[in-house]
Amino acid sequence: MSSVITISKLAKHYQVPEREGGLKAAVTSLFKRKYRTVKAVDGISFNIEPGEVVGFLGPNGAGKTTTLKMLSGLLHPTSGEVSVMGYEPRHRSHDYLRQITLVMGNRNQLTWDLPALDSFDLQRAIYGIPVDQFKRTRDEFIELLELKDLVNKPVRNLSLGERMKMEFVVALLHRPKVLFLDEPTIGLDVTMQRRIRTFVAEYNRRYNATVLLTSHYMADVEALCKRVIVIHHGRLLFDGDLSTLVRQFSSYKTLSLTLPNPEVDLVKYGEVISREDGRVTLRVPKAQTSQVTARLLSDFQVDDLTVEDAPVDDVIDQVFSQKEEA
Amino acid sequence: MRRYVEYFLATARISILSQIQYRVANYFYMIGMIAEPVIYLVVWSTIAKQLGGVVGGYTAGAFAAYYIVWTLVRNMNIVFTPFGWENRIREGELSMSLMRPVHPIISDIAYFSGWKVVVIILWIPIAIFLAWIFKPTIEFTVLKAIVFFIAIWGAFLIRTMLLSLLGMITFWTTRVSAIFDLYFALELILSGRLVPMTLMPAWVQNLSNYLPFKYTFFFPIDALVGNMSTNELWMGIGMQIFWITLGASLLSLVWRVAIKQFSAVGG
Repeated sequence: MSSVITISKLAKHYQVPEREGGLKAAVTSLFKRKYRTVKAVDGISFNIEPGEVVGFLGPNGAGKTTTLKMLSGLLHPTSGEVSVMGYEPRHRSHDYLRQITLVMGNRNQLTWDLPALDSFDLQRAIYGIPVDQFKRTRDEFIELLELKDLVNKPVRNLSLGERMKMEFVVALLHRPKVLFLDEPTIGLDVTMQRRIRTFVAEYNRRYNATVLLTSHYMADVEALCKRVIVIHHGRLLFDGDLSTLVRQFSSYKTLSLTLPNPEVDLVKYGEVISREDGRVTLRVPKAQTSQVTARLLSDFQVDDLTVEDAPVDDVIDQVFSQKEEA
Repeated sequence: MRRYVEYFLATARISILSQIQYRVANYFYMIGMIAEPVIYLVVWSTIAKQLGGVVGGYTAGAFAAYYIVWTLVRNMNIVFTPFGWENRIREGELSMSLMRPVHPIISDIAYFSGWKVVVIILWIPIAIFLAWIFKPTIEFTVLKAIVFFIAIWGAFLIRTMLLSLLGMITFWTTRVSAIFDLYFALELILSGRLVPMTLMPAWVQNLSNYLPFKYTFFFPIDALVGNMSTNELWMGIGMQIFWITLGASLLSLVWRVAIKQFSAVGG
């Protein structure tokens, strides 16, 4: 199977002017400007196969959005190669743009004062979508996202979550084969996040679309992405299954116990994270998990005990902090 | 081509719908804009009366006709400004426009064309009111009306090209309001916006013949209210086509460089 997205040694470097504070430095900079090279993306490589949903993770400033902008053709790479469905994105050919979409959580394409239905019509004209296909897709999305009662309201009267759902309809009406989603659930409540996730998963299933998703909400990534690519300071840290990432990078496991006397001192067994409703949660080094579990079971009358991997959020946090210290 | 026409009509429709939502704001905006020509009109009518009724061939009634038609031409001349380009780049809206398989300048032309339809409709009662107050003298012919109708759209396109070209500067730097101000000052003098070009010194009139500005104000107005010959009327349209073509070619050239700059640094 040939890859939909191929990136090879991709780099984007910026020359950023810089100077020290004060009058002298300001005057000097008029004659002699100093520049610093910022390596927003620094030689990353990966392939994505048709129909894959891949989480693209990294802290702020890691280079995620820069990479997405290079993939969508908004930025020209400094070096390296990018190919999406055989197109070179930087040429931004209309054929290419008709097959992709970029959804950014903080940008909108809807006309503020008009009902979303009018924006949908405009989108049909922009992409030259045949009328029958347009109506079918529009109605299908309206049903999937439960928007029937909202599409006739002016966009300005919709809540943030409702607007975001409309944004997804607008962005996908032309049935793109590749979706670049940059923080699509940012600022949304939990219910709305879940609705958007379900919609993306359903779109991926129905149209075998390839999705590259950045999100700071690990729930998005856990629900949608089997595979994750982690970058930091513009470099690739990890590319593989989410479960492998957790196994590889988590240094501890979480033990939850229900005890008759939850106030008992457990410090010597691990780090106590919480005590709630008679249930104690401990953080235990991964290597000692089975030994600590056995000791707890022998030392106390345990009503219930579960052992879980560290939450993905914590693992990612740990990956970044480890690399920061390295 | 068919797809472009369909897109153009759909965008113009969205614009008309949006502007209808803002009809009150649009009306106040247009009424506010009338202050400028009314001041010119009162000043020149007064001067004409003091000089025995005529200044440079214009009677008070001819001035009234000139400045009433001015109000429509001015509104037709409103296009996407360089300040808009600056904002569009800074706020990241350009990125979203570039993701669509349609050129952003085509989108602007389509959107503003729709707006003009609303402007023309809203202008009619204003023009009737001004005519009732200032009693313009005007000789209509079908040819003049046809040329005027074409010329106001030509003026819109010339100004779109000029201001989009100015807007391209914002791809490199956003501190360019001084250049914009210089442009607007030149336009005021050389276009016929301040006074009819025939009242300007001969050298200013000569200079204006080699520049596009007068084809955005004076020519469309004079085509309707002046006494141009048939030949002059069609020559004027020819000059508008020349400036539109030149502007579009330059814009296409500058766009290619500008967009590379944008793509190199982001936004």
